[in-house]
Amino acid sequence: MENLPAIERTIEAIVAAKQSLPGALLPILHEIQDGLGYIPSESVPRIAKALNLSRAEVHGVITYYQHFRQIPPGRHVLRVCCAEACQAVGGEALAEHARLRLQGSDLTLEPVYCLGLCACGPALQIDETTLHARVTPQKFDALVDALEVDP
Amino acid sequence: MSITIYVPADAAALALGADAVAAAITREAARRGMDIRLVRNGSRGMFWLEPLVEVATARGRMAYGPVAAGDVCGLFDADFAGGGVHPLLLGFTEDLSWLRQQRRLACRRIGVIDPRSLADYKAHGGGEGLRRSRSLAPAEIVSAVTASGLRGRGGAAFPTGIKWKTVLDTAASQKYIVCNADEGDSGTFSDRLLMEGDPFQLLEGMAIAGLAVGATQGYIYVRSEYPHAIEALNRAIEGARDWLGNGPGKFTIEVRKGAGSYVCGEETAMLESIEGRRGIVRAKPPLPAISGLFGQPTVINNVITFASVPDIFAQGADIYSGMGCNRSRGTLPFQLAGNIRFGGLVEVPFGLKLRDLLYDFGGGSRSGRPLRAVQVGGPLGAYLPESQFNTVLDYEAFAAIGAGLGHGGIVAFDDTVDMAKQARYAMKFCAIESCGKCTPCRIGSTRGVEVIDRIGAGQAGQIALLRELCDTMTHGSLCAMGSMTPYPVLSALNHFPEDFA
Repeated sequence: MENLPAIERTIEAIVAAKQSLPGALLPILHEIQDGLGYIPSESVPRIAKALNLSRAEVHGVITYYQHFRQIPPGRHVLRVCCAEACQAVGGEALAEHARLRLQGSDLTLEPVYCLGLCACGPALQIDETTLHARVTPQKFDALVDALEVDP
Repeated sequence: MSITIYVPADAAALALGADAVAAAITREAARRGMDIRLVRNGSRGMFWLEPLVEVATARGRMAYGPVAAGDVCGLFDADFAGGGVHPLLLGFTEDLSWLRQQRRLACRRIGVIDPRSLADYKAHGGGEGLRRSRSLAPAEIVSAVTASGLRGRGGAAFPTGIKWKTVLDTAASQKYIVCNADEGDSGTFSDRLLMEGDPFQLLEGMAIAGLAVGATQGYIYVRSEYPHAIEALNRAIEGARDWLGNGPGKFTIEVRKGAGSYVCGEETAMLESIEGRRGIVRAKPPLPAISGLFGQPTVINNVITFASVPDIFAQGADIYSGMGCNRSRGTLPFQLAGNIRFGGLVEVPFGLKLRDLLYDFGGGSRSGRPLRAVQVGGPLGAYLPESQFNTVLDYEAFAAIGAGLGHGGIVAFDDTVDMAKQARYAMKFCAIESCGKCTPCRIGSTRGVEVIDRIGAGQAGQIALLRELCDTMTHGSLCAMGSMTPYPVLSALNHFPEDFA
């Protein structure tokens, strides 16, 4: 908790920079999550005050959208596509393999419904930065192995 | 003189290793003391050939693919920079039959130009539509769009000109142009390809819409699952600031990022999201064209719709009205996806048969097994059996068989598919993504999963209940999420009853 003031400073700076945008709530939440990896609960009253909303309204928006998370994620976030085009080429088996492989891991596994790589599935996204296509369980394991040795 | 080499930076190409190929080419050229210019273009949309590397020669661009980083040294040895022969050589890109059989209009610059360069966009005919429309009166712009027959490419196929006219005729001090880039349908990626491969065309179409209705502010709502598209758009907006921001029709565009909600692709839910609320569907009326974003008259169109607009002015309204069939005018960028051998982007005039797309372009299944079912139009689209593969690809023919073209996504399944499972998934997806506002969708989808599970457990009497539930969802839901989920469910049940036994 010793870094709490730093987190609060970050939140304050983001809110101050964005609060005058029309419809500022989602841009603020995105920037907080992009910076901190999640949206800490202490940001809710600050955002509510700045945007003249109730805390319930801010909380409602954070919890409505699957993209926003309220607790810090693991070291890396892996999103396996679970939508139809990937299902047609073994996406479900990959998702189940990933679930078993990452049990007890410090990597976070999330479902995602379409990454727009529908002609070369099954698709996998790592940390919103890296994409992988035609992912087999073997290829998945190799990627996870690399993430686990890489600090 | 330096040699120009193209390596796509499209998300799908990146997922198949394009960055490593680009790095290897740069390294190898430096090692050999060769002067090259590396352009990171969009994808031509032939994903079985990605990463597709192209080299500019005096006679045209030569294509090599699919290239792995380990192939690069051998390519240089074979003088690929001079168009040399190599096992990966495909020939001149323009001569590839998969591209030659298409009629690319909205997508014609994707993969061709450098999407980071406004100058390259203009050198390939970009900007002409905006230049011409700047000398027209708003009503003239609207009537040209109406005359073209252009209909919304997002899925609902509403006539674009009529929508624009409503906004033009509604008096307000502030109006908005909103681009719906929440391309959430599985099996669709044409919006993504365009945003990453030719973003200036989208901006130009939005700016023309601004001139047409008297709006100066535009928003592009892009799903958070598309970080590469967001980056490409932001870069293009920065590069287009002087072009769009000066002179008559001064226009500003901002990207807004979604947050993983499928229903935000429904236009009123999207407006709620941009305004900073939960993406909950609004009741209509009022139409967004009369009271939309922040309560103001708003033009809302899909990426491909806006991108289709500049050509109406650069080449004339008959560019679309002269092509297609029935009331489906122009072309549609279809997307071949799922279990398909040659998957990718196929922009053709309306009127081809589904079978032609699946076999002539798609080459059948990727697995080599027979195709059994095809879902057209995303998670809310019907599953078609082999007996319907001769359906003509236009809005009217698909409506006639109780299906829809939607956004042109086509997902193929081979004979290992369990259609009861796909029907269950359609209900489950609706339960996950329902905004919760109306009861048929919120509760009906969960009950739907349960009823399908009971059918699977042998209670055949539940099939009548499933049909009744679908009827309630179809007629009682507020938006397409609940009212169209019965399309995949009932089509699976009607065409593949053996899977429900």
